[in-house]
Amino acid sequence: MKALLLVALAAAGGPAPVRVGSKAFTESVILGELARDVLARQGLPAEHVHGLGGTRVVWDALVRGDVDVYPEYTGTLAEEIFGGRVSAAALGPALAASGIELGPSLGFEDGYALGMREDVAERLGVRRISDLRAHPELRLGFSNEFLDRGDGWRALQRAYGLPQRDVRGLEHELAYRGLRAGSLEVMDLYSTDPEIQAEHLRVLEDDLHHFPEYRAVLLVRSDLERRVPGARAALEQLRGAIDARTMIALNARARLDHVPESRVAADFLRSAAGGTGGTDRSEPGWARRVVARLGEHLTLVAVALGLSLGVAVPLGVLAARHRRTGQVVLAAVGVVQTIPSLALLVLMIPLLGIGTRPAIAALFLYGLLPIVRNTHSGLTGIAPDLRESADALGLPPVFRLLRVELPLASPSIVAGVKTSAVIAVGTATLGALVGAGGFGQPILTGIRLADTGLLLEGALPAAALALAVEAGFGGLERLVVPRGLRLPAEPPR
Amino acid sequence: MLRLRDVTRSFTGRAAVRAVSLDVPRGRTTVLLGESGGGKSTLLRLMAGLLLPEGGEILFEGTRLTAEAAPGLRRRMGFGLQTGGLFPHLTAADNVTLLARALHRPREWRTRRLEELAGLVQLDRELLGRWPGQLSGGQRQRVSLMRALLLEPSVVLLDEPLGALDPVTRGELQRELRRVFSTLGTTVVLVTHDLEEAAFLGDRVALLHDGALAQVGPMEELAAHPADAWVARFLGGWRGGPGR
Repeated sequence: MKALLLVALAAAGGPAPVRVGSKAFTESVILGELARDVLARQGLPAEHVHGLGGTRVVWDALVRGDVDVYPEYTGTLAEEIFGGRVSAAALGPALAASGIELGPSLGFEDGYALGMREDVAERLGVRRISDLRAHPELRLGFSNEFLDRGDGWRALQRAYGLPQRDVRGLEHELAYRGLRAGSLEVMDLYSTDPEIQAEHLRVLEDDLHHFPEYRAVLLVRSDLERRVPGARAALEQLRGAIDARTMIALNARARLDHVPESRVAADFLRSAAGGTGGTDRSEPGWARRVVARLGEHLTLVAVALGLSLGVAVPLGVLAARHRRTGQVVLAAVGVVQTIPSLALLVLMIPLLGIGTRPAIAALFLYGLLPIVRNTHSGLTGIAPDLRESADALGLPPVFRLLRVELPLASPSIVAGVKTSAVIAVGTATLGALVGAGGFGQPILTGIRLADTGLLLEGALPAAALALAVEAGFGGLERLVVPRGLRLPAEPPR
Repeated sequence: MLRLRDVTRSFTGRAAVRAVSLDVPRGRTTVLLGESGGGKSTLLRLMAGLLLPEGGEILFEGTRLTAEAAPGLRRRMGFGLQTGGLFPHLTAADNVTLLARALHRPREWRTRRLEELAGLVQLDRELLGRWPGQLSGGQRQRVSLMRALLLEPSVVLLDEPLGALDPVTRGELQRELRRVFSTLGTTVVLVTHDLEEAAFLGDRVALLHDGALAQVGPMEELAAHPADAWVARFLGGWRGGPGR
């Protein structure tokens, strides 16, 4: 009956679902799944936007109301969000000012630490972080976020006076591989990383007590309870539900045994609730997943490309007509191209939130340059005698543009659109960092879980799609470029 | 028809046309003759309103050619280029009727006109469906002429229409042009550097030297009574001239 009611509500538009967010690492995704599941078990509509690209992205999404809940750590809040200006005790009031509530504390801490391979640490005699001072030659690999954040590497280096120079940023999960392969000696750890045990790592003692406390909590928008009554109480079920050992075990199932995070979360809730859970969703089959992602990916590319085309061709025409304006337009779309894609995606979030919109906006901006430039060069490259012919005929300007100039420039314009499309197919994989789905999703998850199969499940179709787009444009060329321009160059006598 | 009064035009400081005054009479063929770089193509573009004079004025059927008036007046002129200037993305037929479509002339009008013009320049109807890239140089010139004649212009302006053709095709088309011009009774201004062609096609020849008008008149008269030493020397190579 209740289920029927829910279906009816959903069909009638119903209340908007509770949106749970998580960051792009395993533990965050598992916690996000748990939050989604406890809501769903209370019959509340909930969805999980998982694997968002970094603290800033999820935090901005929460403040904007694109997500309602996400798991965070108190140390990260104090240092990264509030820049060290707010003490742990004052976090609640500070959050309230942004319309955010410090939700249930989950029951474990996941602090930062530095780790080394046991054998290497033993050989060098390193037990504490301060011991690193004696080894300036060591190679350090840190997650990019750790490199940049307030409580991260730079503060640590200052606090301990560390001399190492060879410090690079890379994905957390990849750093484990680097450590194993011997291309790194020191990396940042999360204290709930299952690899610490599995790979026999030595956690260096933070002898100067540099790192703050990283208590795992749920952050909840203050208006959630008003919007979805009962949601807050459902989330309360997670208060104190997970101790550090349990979290390490959950992480181990996902990262070391390659069990999907959704399954890990569902199994945990079922065992915690004594086997009465009913929220285990069966994972769709391989082919279905690829098809679903193809749909998402193509939507991103097609919408962005359509918008680029609609804006870039008129801009190209304008640039070809007025030399001065042209230089400004070409320079402007060129500058956009130099913004790193991840930066552009993140810049879009305050304006457009998370999901497909910021991804489409970023792809749209990247798509402009090739089309503007090729439209411009196609039009300015029209042979002088043809230009004069058009002048001499006295064709009306719009007719002349549509029937003479654009068709003559069409081979160049189509080539530009093709470049844009292929770039968009590749760049769209980064859309998963802002919750836009597509083939980037399995790639990111594959990197996170060190699961090559999953990574290829995203990378291979994305590559195939790029090739298909390239080939498909051969067909478009035949449709769009007039036949007279595709004739063999040598005229018959 | 066309009256030029003290027309002057220069490019980056160098005078290309200097103080030319010339009347182009109705129903006759006027040839602009001279050496390469002598200003004859520039003068033709000034007459077509593709360039505007810096000094003097040009009247077309009594109306002064200005930047504003030129585009409209140009539809009453036909213009042909050495290369033909045909649009490679359009078939021969579409090249000819392009302007008619821009002006929303009905399809029947266009079909009938195409038929008349193909008959006039003796172009095989089958070639009308081809693209310029599939036509020979001579065929392209015929199509270009059809395009110039489409709206029954008051004047046809041709810039070295036969300059890029082999001698056989060239001779053939010279006879063709003369027949077409006399059939239609059109006013024609034609640029060439070829003395035979000028004599064969031109009722009047305007001889240009270094941008200025050296002498105007029928070719025989110019050859018999050259105005100066340069005219005598330039026409000295003509077989109908006084040298023979």
